[in-house]
Amino acid sequence: MTGRHMAWGIGLAALAALPFVYRDPYHLHILVLILIWSFAYTSWSMMGRFGLVSLGHGGFMGIGAYVTALLWNHLGLSPWIGIPISMIAAGALALIVGYPCFRFRITGHYFVLVTLALSGIVLQVITATRDYTGGSLGYTPNRASGNKLLALQFDDKTTWYLIALAVWLGGIVVWHLIDRSMSRHALEAISEDEDAAAAAGVDVTAEKLKITLISAVMTALAGAVYCQYQMFITPDTVSGIAVSLQMVFAAIVGGLFVSLGPTVGAVITILLAETLRIGFGTKAVGWDNLVYGVLLVLFIIFLPKGILGSLLDRLKPQRKVPRAHEQKAVQIARPGT
Amino acid sequence: MQAFLDIFDIYLLEAVINGILLGGVLALLALGLNLIFGVIDVTWICYAELVMIGMYAMYFLVQYYGVSYFIAAPLTILLVAILGALLHYLVIAPLLTAPPINQLLATGGVLFVLQSFATVAFGIDFRNLGIRLPVLAFGDMNFSYARLLSFLAALVGMVAVYLFMTRTFTGTAIRAISQDRQIMALMGVDTKRIYLITSALGGALAGLAACLLVLQYDVHPFVGLSFGPITFLICVLGGLGNFIGGFIAAFVFAEIISLGGLFSDLEWGYVLAFAFFIVMMFIRPAGLLARRR
Repeated sequence: MTGRHMAWGIGLAALAALPFVYRDPYHLHILVLILIWSFAYTSWSMMGRFGLVSLGHGGFMGIGAYVTALLWNHLGLSPWIGIPISMIAAGALALIVGYPCFRFRITGHYFVLVTLALSGIVLQVITATRDYTGGSLGYTPNRASGNKLLALQFDDKTTWYLIALAVWLGGIVVWHLIDRSMSRHALEAISEDEDAAAAAGVDVTAEKLKITLISAVMTALAGAVYCQYQMFITPDTVSGIAVSLQMVFAAIVGGLFVSLGPTVGAVITILLAETLRIGFGTKAVGWDNLVYGVLLVLFIIFLPKGILGSLLDRLKPQRKVPRAHEQKAVQIARPGT
Repeated sequence: MQAFLDIFDIYLLEAVINGILLGGVLALLALGLNLIFGVIDVTWICYAELVMIGMYAMYFLVQYYGVSYFIAAPLTILLVAILGALLHYLVIAPLLTAPPINQLLATGGVLFVLQSFATVAFGIDFRNLGIRLPVLAFGDMNFSYARLLSFLAALVGMVAVYLFMTRTFTGTAIRAISQDRQIMALMGVDTKRIYLITSALGGALAGLAACLLVLQYDVHPFVGLSFGPITFLICVLGGLGNFIGGFIAAFVFAEIISLGGLFSDLEWGYVLAFAFFIVMMFIRPAGLLARRR
């Protein structure tokens, strides 16, 4: 384990030192985007890895971004207060939608479609209240005239890089905390068989609500940080079904079941989009999504654990505890054991 | 009569009737999706994108090749039916034993593919057929012929599917499979073939919806997003796989959208419909017509 900790420490130190050594603004910009989106994808995967596939996270992200920006522009409330408020708002919404879903055993297809409605609502509300939010034309937080720190607006990429790195690291830490906790075992049991888990004394509704709340609040934070960094948001870039599907896609490509999987997914998707954009210019409009879509289908058919997940499995097969259906296959292969 | 008109003013009545007309097309879309879900147990997240491809097909056939509307329509239906069968053959069939979530996400990938394919191939311009049907004036109320025609065609389509499902052997097999997936294979029904036929039928319904929607709306690569989510909500509200529930839910939703749009912007009609949906999930989580167990 110390070796692993050493590797993490060295890797993090290298990442933190990077902007002081290497200052190309474009590359730093890409890195900041990768870190922010990685954080969002990691937040999504916390639910997704337990079979709670949500297409509502576009909604949570939109709330994070728009509530923060609206409070700043209309009430002059600093993002330091606005971001927690937006996170509370997203959390409250997650509870309002999550509670009946979990209480009434809405799972599988139904859960996906209910959460799809959620991101639909947020997108339509943002578009409909165009007098305040600018509708589909997008929205820009006002430039701070005074204290930059109070307004959480920085001009240099280095500061943003360090902020994004800290936020991303926070996400990874939360992922690991959950991975070590009892909740993880409870949720894995729930995802295998809800009734059996309930019979074994797991409070199914409470466990699911807890993970949904954590996931939604973190996604809202990702939206708020994205908004503060880009200083321009549109309903389509931070909310709606397309954003939700993008999260699902990246998390699956990277690997749902390992902590760095969504990060790998973000690296792959953003680099792919940028390469296509630079290589083909405006002709490439749509090509990146075309490639994403084909890859998503291929990954789900042939590599459902994702790139990093499959790679880690390949490297150390003995560390991985086989999941229920894999154990079943083993038993069939060796009857009588 | 005068008192009646005082309470229900003419715009309200117009909105109610327009809601019914809108409900016809929504019911058609919901029927296709319900069919796929009920028989194959898969949700095609990309269903509205199949409709979008169909709308493009109509646009190109009519505008570029000068085919008459009534010849282009069957061709489009056939094309989308083939697309539906292909979707099943290439994406769903390899995933039939995978967890349901994976199937759903794979069709989410197809959604990306179709949307961006349309963007790449046709550009992001809004296009329309250039057919402008006259407006029917009835008293002080105005209805577009396009909506009336769509409503009637959607009804005919649904009746045709109903007859197919009840009067033919294949239709009976399809209904039987939706009741019990395992046993039917033992009864000597070729489930693979039935799945393909069902997928093609679902595609054909999407194609028919495309022919009707193209009369009312402009085509662009993201047009699917404007009625796709609402179709899923209708299916869930009616109970996934429940044909009659979906039919009723389609009209309930259409009325909410139409009446909500009457009092404010169209978006608020949608917001209202979504909110209604979430409230209904509290009250009837298994759908409007769910039997209490």
